[in-house]
Order: sequence, then structure tokens, then C-alpha cells
Amino acid sequence: MASSADTLVTAPPAALPRRRKGPRRKARRGRAGYLFVAPFLLFFAAAFIAPLAYAAYTSLFRTRLVGGTVFAGLQNYREVLHDQAFRDGVLRMARFLVTQVPIMLVLAVAFALAIDSGRLWGPRFVRLSIFLPYAVPSAVAALMWGYLYGPSFGPITQLADNLGVTAPNLLSGGWMLPSIANIVTWEFVGYNMIIFYAVLRAIPAELYEAAAVDGAGPVRVAVHIKLPALRPALGLTAIFSIIGTFQLFTEPSIMHTVAPNVINRSYTPSLYAYNLAFTDQRLNYAAALSFAMGAVIVIVTAAFVLVFSRRRARS
Amino acid sequence: MRPAATMSAQRAAPTVRINLLAVLRRRSVPLTIAMFVCVAYFLLPLLWLVIASTKSDSGLFNTFGYSVQTRDFQLWHNVRQVFSYGDGQFVRWLVNTVFYAVASAGGAAVLATAGGYGFAKFDFVGKRAAFAVVVVSIMVPGIALTIPSYLLFAKLGIVNTPLSIILPSLVSPFGIYLMRVYAADAIDDSLLEAARIDGAGEVRIFFQIALRLLAPGVVTVVLFTLVATWNNYFLPFIMLNDPSLFPVTVGLAQWNAQASGGGGAEAVFSLVITGSLISVLPLAVAFLLLQRYWQSGLSAGSVKT
Repeated sequence: MASSADTLVTAPPAALPRRRKGPRRKARRGRAGYLFVAPFLLFFAAAFIAPLAYAAYTSLFRTRLVGGTVFAGLQNYREVLHDQAFRDGVLRMARFLVTQVPIMLVLAVAFALAIDSGRLWGPRFVRLSIFLPYAVPSAVAALMWGYLYGPSFGPITQLADNLGVTAPNLLSGGWMLPSIANIVTWEFVGYNMIIFYAVLRAIPAELYEAAAVDGAGPVRVAVHIKLPALRPALGLTAIFSIIGTFQLFTEPSIMHTVAPNVINRSYTPSLYAYNLAFTDQRLNYAAALSFAMGAVIVIVTAAFVLVFSRRRARS
Repeated sequence: MRPAATMSAQRAAPTVRINLLAVLRRRSVPLTIAMFVCVAYFLLPLLWLVIASTKSDSGLFNTFGYSVQTRDFQLWHNVRQVFSYGDGQFVRWLVNTVFYAVASAGGAAVLATAGGYGFAKFDFVGKRAAFAVVVVSIMVPGIALTIPSYLLFAKLGIVNTPLSIILPSLVSPFGIYLMRVYAADAIDDSLLEAARIDGAGEVRIFFQIALRLLAPGVVTVVLFTLVATWNNYFLPFIMLNDPSLFPVTVGLAQWNAQASGGGGAEAVFSLVITGSLISVLPLAVAFLLLQRYWQSGLSAGSVKT
């Protein structure tokens, strides 16, 4: 009897005696779990669930000049789908996403590999210098870069003038998106690099020893050991970058004060939602638009996860 | 995998045995030069900020950005200006920022630590669903949350108060995710089981055994929320309209709007620049000193997924 039970049970043998003590003990421990998660979930319900539920509810209504607020069903959402300003904003963020995020992550991986290679002089100085911009609040970073780009006393323009060439107006319509992309890259390369570097540090030394025995050089070690180890972290940072990109608000909002003619009220979806809600007082429409934006984020993230995990399965 | 702190210690051990000469010979000059060029990209903007804060407004316009004017060195004058302008509102903003950041980070760490421990070490009905909802909520756009929060807070009458900044910042989905991963690794189940057999209650086990083991993870969550609140612009920008409640980010942006709008002949550009420098300093110092916690915490979060 006992032996047949042992072979049937898949749990490790250590779990057996505990299980015999009966389900009551386990249930009591389970209830203690509620005690620990309840405070967080309570605040979570208040700060996340309640506002979202409220926004979902208001997005189904419309305020008319005459007649007050009336139920409108999905009409606001239909309008969002046909809203050219919203589409332009989403497309602008999509362009930002496919250029800025790969550049940022490739740089972060390259820097992490360089620092981890042990072939640098002053690796600690390099690591801290690249990470330092993350300590600068994005509002302050945007202010500072706004001055650096600026034509009045920005060093870029000054340098170009001294060399007798005309600097491009980095705050003009054509340059604004790359200029903002540069600010975001400057801020977040170091943050991503630290994540990758931490992963590289966690690779067990035995793997390197085995590679050395096989005669693998530093490049082969990087390609066959380090890059595969970085894959999960790369996926995670990419997801966070997708989420962050579509929510872009601070940098364009600050740039608006420097270049009001370039950054219009719907330059990014977040800026548009803000202006709809607080400038136009169109709260119902702003709520619907925010949800549409959330849907875009979920769809793009899901598409990324699908492609990313399928490729992993193949390799 | 174990947390990175122990892993890196393991890896550091064999390097000690390799003699110093071999390490130095491995170093590459071309790679180092290439990396220092990259480092310049990250440091030069901050260097400009430091140099620009030593100049008067006319100095900003009439001298090259990276040249230090020793004869017209205005740093102390600028700093005094920053602290005294508008009845010392900058000092208020700094105090507000510290208060919002510390209150949010402390509260968020308490909630995330207890919650992460609960999710990692107990089985209860609805656990998987609750955790899934929390993780998915990371994807909710800030604006989608902040606009309805503003409306609800307006109904409760707490818009334009410190509560409207602190309450939303207490909930950190990423923090609880991090603590769950960390608690699963750092606390051995057999240790908890032994304490239970000895008759210790769950609350006592948490405070006397688990908390000590979770300490490095707690530090990481505190740092994360501290930086997130310190750097936050969006939430206070929407929730607050009383300048005496502003954090430093919103205050500086307002000064900048005044300067760019060209409101009179006031020396406001140097004010924004020097204020920016001062606002960056505390966090930059904290970063350099506490760097190791970032690394261990971040790796715990990313190695596991």
C-alpha cells in the first residue's frame, strides 16, 4: 500500500508528512495569507480599480450643451476610432517605438557587455556615469535638453556658429521627435544597462570555465552564453519600454513651453487626453480615449510577447 | 536562481586568485576609448548644467556654454537667488518633494512587503487571479488612471492636497511583483514551518523572521518608489494648482514657462538652471551611494521572469 502510494504521489516526499496533518491546518495558513495581502489589495482597489471603473462608466456618457449628460453607449469609442488627432498621436508614438526603443536597448546591451567583459579601464566609473542620468527627473532632463537644443544660448548652436555652419533647429517640426527620442534615450539607457549588467553578473562561473576549456574566445562567449542569458531581461525591458512610450507626457509637455507651435495639443495620446479633460472639459470623451490608448498598449504588448516567445521556441 | 548579491560574491572569489598583471593585460585601450566617448554623451549635458549655473543671464547668452567664467563667477549669487526668489518657494518645493517621496516610499514598501510575502508564501483562494490583475495593471496608462482619480478626489475634496499625491503613490504593482519574487527566494519554507511547530503565530513569524530576510528587497522597493515619486511630474501637475504644494519638478517647469514666456526683465533662466542643478544633487548622491541595491533588486526581478 505505502509503496504504491509513494509512486503515485508526484510531490516530493518531504511534503507527505505535512499533508497527513489534515486540510484544516493548511486552510488556517491560507487565511493568514489574506491578512498579508489585504492591505495592499485594499489600496489597490481604491487607487486602481475604483478610478478605472469610474472612467469606464463615464466613458459611456456624453455631455450636451442642451439636455445635460445622456447615455451614449459606445458612441465615444466610435468617435475615438475616427479621431484623426488621436490616430496621428498613436502613429507618432509607433514611429518613436520602432526607432527609439531598439536604439536604447541595443546601446544598453552593448554597454553592459563591455563593462562585464573585464576589458575596460575604470569599469565602475563608466557604469555609474551611464546610470547617473536616471537620477535626473524627466521634467528636469527635458528642461535641460531644451536649453541645450535651444538657439539662444544652447552650446550646440554656439559650436556650429563658431565653426561657421548652421546648426539644424532641433526644436523645429522635423527635428522634434528625434530630439525627444534623444532625451528619453539619455535618461533610460543606464537604467536598462544596469538590469542587463545584473543578469550578466548572475551567470554561473562554471559556464565561463567550460567555455574556456572549449577554447571559446570573448566574442563566442558573448554570442553563445551572454546574449542568450539576456533574453528574458530583454523581453521584460522591451515590454516596459512599449508601455512607457505610449504614455509619453512629461517631455513633450515641457517642450511645449519651449516650442509651442511644434508640440500641438494632441502631439501624444496622453497630452491629447489631458487637454480634452482639463482644457475642453470633455471628460467622457477623454475617458474613452484613455481606454482606447490602454487597448493599443495591450495589443502592441501582446503582439510583441507573441513574436518574442515564438522566436524563442524556434531557436 | 539566487539573488544577485550572493551570486556576485561567488563570482568575485576566483578573480582574487588571478594575479593583477593578467587582469591589467586583458584590458583593451580601444574599447576603453570607445566607452569613454559614450560616457561623454551622458556626462556632458550635466557638465553644461553645472557650468551654466555659475553664470549670470548675460553670461549665458554671451559666453560659450562650456567655458567657465572665473571673473564673472555667479554660482553663489544664483544659489541665493534660487532660495530667496518668490519668498523662498523653492525651499518649500524641496520640502514638499522630500515629504511626498518619503511618505509614498515608506507606505508603498510596507504594503508591498506584506503583500509580496503573502503572495509568495501562502496558498489561498483567488490568489492567482488577484496577482494576475495586479501584474496586468502595470500596463494601465498613467493618464487613464489619473483623470478619473482627479474626478473622484474632487468629489472627496482632497484634490490640491498632499493626500492626492501620496494616496496613488502608495500602490506599486511593480513593487509587489518584486517583493513576491524576492520573498519566494529569500525565505526558506522549512524555516517558517519550524517556527510554526514552535507555536509562533503568523504575524510574529513575519515580523521576527521574514522581515529580516526580506530587508534587501525592502530597500530596493523603497528606492524605486522614492525615485518614482521624487521624479513624478505628471500626477502633481494634474492634482495640484496651489504653488505652495508643488514638488520641485512642477515648480521648475513653472519657472521655465515664465522664463520662456519672457515675462519681464527678471533673471529667470539662471534661476531655472541653478534650481535644476540643486534638484538633481540629492538623488544623484543617493544613487552613487546605494547603487548596489539597484543592481541586486533589479536582477532579482528580471532574472526570474
